[in-house]
Amino acid sequence: MAYSIKVLDHYENPRNVGSFAKEEEGVATGMVGAPACGDVMKLQIKVGKGGVIEDAKFKTYGCGSAIASSSLVTEWVKGRTIDQALEIKNTQIAEELALPPVKIHCSILAEDAIKAAVADYKKKHSEPVAA
Amino acid sequence: MLKLPIYLDYSATTPVDPRVAEKMIPYLVEKFGNPASRSHSFGWEAEAAVEEAREEVARLVNADAREIVWTSGATESNNLALKGAAQFYAGQGKHLITLKTEHKAILDTCRELERQGFAVTYLDVLDNGLVDLEVLQAALRPDTSVVSVMFVNNEIGVIQPIAEIGEICRSKGIIFHVDAAQATGKVAIDLAELKVDLMSFSAHKTYGPKGIGALYVRRKPRVRLTAQMHGGGHERGFRSGTLPTHQIVGMGEAFRLARLEMGTENERIRMLRDRLLKGVSDIDEVHLNGDLERRVPHNLNASFAYVEGESLLMAIKDLAVSSGSACTSASLEPSYVLRALGREDELAHSSIRFTLGRFTTEEEIDYAIKLLHDKIGRLRELSPLWEMVQEGVDLSTVHWAAH
Repeated sequence: MAYSIKVLDHYENPRNVGSFAKEEEGVATGMVGAPACGDVMKLQIKVGKGGVIEDAKFKTYGCGSAIASSSLVTEWVKGRTIDQALEIKNTQIAEELALPPVKIHCSILAEDAIKAAVADYKKKHSEPVAA
Repeated sequence: MLKLPIYLDYSATTPVDPRVAEKMIPYLVEKFGNPASRSHSFGWEAEAAVEEAREEVARLVNADAREIVWTSGATESNNLALKGAAQFYAGQGKHLITLKTEHKAILDTCRELERQGFAVTYLDVLDNGLVDLEVLQAALRPDTSVVSVMFVNNEIGVIQPIAEIGEICRSKGIIFHVDAAQATGKVAIDLAELKVDLMSFSAHKTYGPKGIGALYVRRKPRVRLTAQMHGGGHERGFRSGTLPTHQIVGMGEAFRLARLEMGTENERIRMLRDRLLKGVSDIDEVHLNGDLERRVPHNLNASFAYVEGESLLMAIKDLAVSSGSACTSASLEPSYVLRALGREDELAHSSIRFTLGRFTTEEEIDYAIKLLHDKIGRLRELSPLWEMVQEGVDLSTVHWAAH
């Protein structure tokens, strides 16, 4: 299968690989996918004052497109508020990485990872976040 | 100097041996006659070459040349054998038995026979990939007409107990077909001993050209088939179509070389395979797929847990290997062969098949071992599953959001 240059770049040089300690202040985790399906993404965000995502890290078990999709979203969510992060759509990820149709599910999973991380943050901080 | 990428996919196809190519070339340009032309020397010359090649194919498997029918490859041989025998013997019964781990050329042909009104039993295999003879015995029915079992599995390289199955089938008058595409030049085949009625061969898995194969059709006791390709009545009516002389010459020479060299070649390849096996054994959580003893010498199939197969293939792109089999690796499905062995999906997803061959060197194997160590380490750093396992989480207890 031929991969786009952007997928190869993220795969060869993944951005923001790693983990934050789960108990660290402002850290929220989204884990989506299943090993049996061949993809598991873990996206962590570190949310600071005003609900702004200051840092993000990921680990992904999956194909090159799944690794690239999660690497890309760690770059995109940084500097956004959690509500702005939720505006990232799988179609934008797929377009940016020029994913072929059989790999669209990777971008959907990356969008789900953002939603899961934000949901985890909101669960931990039930008070409304100032926009 | 090492040349990259390194070809370790000899079970997908092999290069044509230069000695084989050299022998084929004159039959394209100068000796171009139609072997069916009876009225001039062009035809006679081509016919003589075809018959010499037929002798060579027969000799590798200790058969009579008159039992060899040329086809376009093992897929066609499998189609002709299964459809031809099932249809010819339909009056005696309409039930076939095969394995879940067979090649798609068998499984899909069986599906077609089911559409034609035949019943097919697909047997499970043991977790080492071998058929359980008691399960096979129990599956036999009074109306079973054909049993088809592959000699060597294309993904995991295990060698099925062909002699024993042959005895069972012969004692009950059941036609026994064997797909031997992966076996020629790898295991000794003696059709004077084996009670096999039909056997499929391919040239391109044994250093011959693509597009040519053969079907062995036993004469004593005689096996009959309903032809699937109609026309000029070539190959005694079993398979019409002008014979591709150059391809046939190539297959004959490839099989002749296999007969002469397989003894020493297989020992050399086995040493390299064992070197690779030893080299990857010290990586954590490597699971070998398929029986290690009853196995061809050139195959290693391993699952690298917590690393996904496609990303591993990307990481080791200096190695030409396959994940699952070449026919299924374009899909996102894990290997159906490994699933039939009872491998969990995640291990099936992370399997790599290494198949070595005539031109594999020790230097190439050493490079492969180092690359695997480096890249599996890197991908595990990226893997949330690996991280969880290191933290002591039992992944089977995690509730995954399947998608």
